[in-house]
Amino acid sequence: MSDALLEVENVSIAFGGLKAVQNFNLSLPPGSLYGLIGPNGAGKTTAFNLLTGVYRPDAGVVRLGGRRVNGKRPYKIARAGLARTFQNIRLFGELSVLDNVRVGCQMRHPHGLWSTVLRSPGYVAAERAIHHHSLELLEIFGLQDQSLQQAKNLPYGNQRRLEIARAVATGPKVLLLDEPAAGMNPREKIELMNLIRFIREKFSLAILLIEHDMTLVMNVCEQITVLDHGEIIARGSPTEIQSNPKVIEAYLGQPDA
Amino acid sequence: MTSTTKQFRPALWTALPRALWPVAVSVVFAALLYFWVAPRIGGFGADLLVNSGIAIILATSLTVVNGFTGQFSIGHAGFMSLGGYTAATIVYYGSYRLFGDFDFHGGLLSWTGAGAFVGPLLTKGDGLFVIACLCGAIVAAIAGWIVGLPSLRLRGDYLAIVTLGFGEIVRVIIQGTPDQLDVTSTDPGLGDLSFPQLLTHLGGALGFSGAPAYSTVFWVWLTVALTLVAIIRLKQSSYGRALLSVREDEIAAAAMGVNITKYKVRAFVFSAFFAGAAGGLYALKVGTINAGELAFQKSFDIVIMVVLGGLGSVSGAALAAVILTLLPELLRDPPSLWPWGLVGAAIVAALIGLFAPRKRGPLLTLVGVCAAWELMRWGAARAGISLSDYRMVIYALALIVIMCVRPQGLFGVREIWDYLPQSWQFWRSTSAIAAPAGAPA
Amino acid sequence: MNHSLQTLVQTLTDGIAVGALYALIALGYTLVFGILQFINFAHSDIFALGAWLSYAVAAGLLRAAGHGPALLGNPIFLAIAVPVGAIALCSLAGYCIERFAYRPLRNAPRLNVLIAAIGVSLLLENTGQLGWAFGPYPRQVPQILPDQVLFSIAGVNIHLVDAAILIVALILMAAIQFLVYRTKFGMAMRAVSFNLKTASLMGINVDQVISLTFVTGSALAAAAGFLYAMKYPQLQQTASAVWVLLGLKAFVAAVVGGIGNVRGAMLGGLLIGLIEFFGAQYISTDYRDVYVFLVLILVLLIRPRGLLGAPVMEKV
Repeated sequence: MSDALLEVENVSIAFGGLKAVQNFNLSLPPGSLYGLIGPNGAGKTTAFNLLTGVYRPDAGVVRLGGRRVNGKRPYKIARAGLARTFQNIRLFGELSVLDNVRVGCQMRHPHGLWSTVLRSPGYVAAERAIHHHSLELLEIFGLQDQSLQQAKNLPYGNQRRLEIARAVATGPKVLLLDEPAAGMNPREKIELMNLIRFIREKFSLAILLIEHDMTLVMNVCEQITVLDHGEIIARGSPTEIQSNPKVIEAYLGQPDA
Repeated sequence: MTSTTKQFRPALWTALPRALWPVAVSVVFAALLYFWVAPRIGGFGADLLVNSGIAIILATSLTVVNGFTGQFSIGHAGFMSLGGYTAATIVYYGSYRLFGDFDFHGGLLSWTGAGAFVGPLLTKGDGLFVIACLCGAIVAAIAGWIVGLPSLRLRGDYLAIVTLGFGEIVRVIIQGTPDQLDVTSTDPGLGDLSFPQLLTHLGGALGFSGAPAYSTVFWVWLTVALTLVAIIRLKQSSYGRALLSVREDEIAAAAMGVNITKYKVRAFVFSAFFAGAAGGLYALKVGTINAGELAFQKSFDIVIMVVLGGLGSVSGAALAAVILTLLPELLRDPPSLWPWGLVGAAIVAALIGLFAPRKRGPLLTLVGVCAAWELMRWGAARAGISLSDYRMVIYALALIVIMCVRPQGLFGVREIWDYLPQSWQFWRSTSAIAAPAGAPA
Repeated sequence: MNHSLQTLVQTLTDGIAVGALYALIALGYTLVFGILQFINFAHSDIFALGAWLSYAVAAGLLRAAGHGPALLGNPIFLAIAVPVGAIALCSLAGYCIERFAYRPLRNAPRLNVLIAAIGVSLLLENTGQLGWAFGPYPRQVPQILPDQVLFSIAGVNIHLVDAAILIVALILMAAIQFLVYRTKFGMAMRAVSFNLKTASLMGINVDQVISLTFVTGSALAAAAGFLYAMKYPQLQQTASAVWVLLGLKAFVAAVVGGIGNVRGAMLGGLLIGLIEFFGAQYISTDYRDVYVFLVLILVLLIRPRGLLGAPVMEKV
């Protein structure tokens, strides 16, 4: 338990009178691929926002690699090694595909104004490394041919993949994916599943994903947590969850056609 | 990942050339303008050249905040004012302390007077001038930091209010300072105060005048070139991409490890620095500066240049700055399009035909503008009214129409060279913004 | 002893009168900002237009009365016709500005609308001082309200004009308060200010609401312009810095009170008026404008939301 990459203990938040998330617990060991499911409005994205610092929890602790990150600003949590994608795609639309990934990459190579304007050797080396690494990532994600296109002009499926590529570019230890397969057709979803498993291997990530497509979740995730009305109502392996009466009652999930 | 950067590291001896070659080119460029172009376009032309240059520095520096970072700063003239007063007072009182009088002590490169100049290229007076402008820039940058740090955390509209208020507050405070001192002053006299104390005598509501003039086409355009190099290098870098990401989507940028507030403040300080330098150059054009003229109207002028050029486009802002500096002169007594106007229009049409992805719109606009121009001249002549009375009205109408018809300005967030076909781009830049759709590949 | 009490009361009277004017103008800023998150820089020019139209209507009516029906010269008639005329024309101007300059930019980036507003402001200023408009010279507004002294406090004469300003301002402010918080239209305005898209989905005619908001703001500015012309009949030309400065102070009043908040505009206006006049009287007249801007700095540093404004959410 203590060597888990991500530890969440009893995290809660309320908005006014609405208890959005209560007593959220999670433990994400290295190399794991877990799922977070629940009906709409259950609090899944709110949980993600709590973990990534967009919201400050009213109570509870979040630990990343043993270090406490709850209450920290989002950029600090990202630097600590927690990356995410968004439910409604938040790409840098006007920037190119390559540049979206480079923004993710450059976090590890910060340079100040002086070295930037003077083009110091350290800066040039960093830029080249960022460029190189970003292109590598784009190849892995199959986006290298569109590297100079504007992100907002990409087809939807590619936009989702780009968002994941950008998140992976930050060199995280833990990756949170918010509905990565939304809007994809079945073939794309299978490709995505394989891609997710591949990047988990290649980049030694622990992945937590929110999804509505039950087939995808049951096939890919090792452990599933079910949220309803902000509270965890079940947790276990896919088979356990599928036959859990509470889950079936709260969430008549159907495999996507 | 950091370990892999070693393999990309350029040789150490290339560092200095890489940093400095733009400076060398800038000096040569500025010298060319000063020694070759300026004498051929006459005194008035040289004035326009100086004014356009200062406008370019102001507009491109504001682009860093409003364009790259997507913030809402409308008090830029306040930084210009701070820089200008700092530079003017240092040169004025400094001249007295160093040379015993308020006269010009510069070299050939700073000679703004009529007639021939006999003397060296650079002198101690020039040193005073350069240091004064640098101090102006630094003072402005410090002000940028003081204003930016608390306010850049606020919602966008509030930043507008704060920056607007800042510009006015600078004006009002400067207008409340004690009178400027000169040789006739007693109690206090010029010799009674320490140098820093002297610097607080800014002349109040009467403005500051009488400083020797040093800003020539050379110095102004040297600064323009250096500014453009710095800002373009900024845009085409990871730092610039971080700024653009803040503009595009703050929440996503934060999730990618970008410290939003730090980048906003740094952009603000960076842009204030150049505005301060521009202010110094402006003040030492003729040695006069008045805070009342550098109030929100001036800030708005600069904002208009930035938006008309395209929010985020450096070349756009520069081009718009030049156009908007020349426009009032043109509107004062609108010249006929024949012959040089038509030649210019033909060149623009050719450029559009070759490089613009969509040709019909820009070409129609060009024709429309030329037609409107001639119509306006003809109408005014028929009605017997002097167009110079109406130039502000025309300008105002043009602003409204352009905002409605082409909100993205000239180039949007791209640069003018992004419209070149890919095969032409010898400078395969690490440019942030992709080519527009439909551009020839 | 008597003298300083007299000065105090005089300063108080002037401060409240001018403060009431600021409040009326500030209301216009705040209504538009509340609904569109947009600082209408052309608002101070509507105020100037209101003052100048008062002059034009009054002068025109008096001229017509010279060789026409004597009714036109009747003081009671004038006291009604001039403000009504000025307000009506300014409201029309406000409507046209919104319709033709701002509405096309409803979905454009914020800076673009700002520039359009600057364009409108420049247009109004520079057209106003043309020869065939109001001209580039200062003009004296004919006396409409009789220069009557109502009563005296501590040796200070309270003129009809000041009382009229205060009473009219209070009535208008109460009317706006009622409009925004007690009527269906006011509810529509508040709905639009929360979320434009949702409001339109709820069946609210957003265009109409926004138009009427601008018209209301312009009417208030016009009323303030008329009252200003009554108190300070020597009008400077429309492109003069005087109008801009007045508008700016009213804007500061709106910010200090809490921009977007109706009661805040009223409170801010009175506060700024008092600060300006007390500062000018008791500290120094030279720094008259400084006090107002100092208050702005203080507010922006310590409580950027203003006295009664909604919390300004810190960006995450």
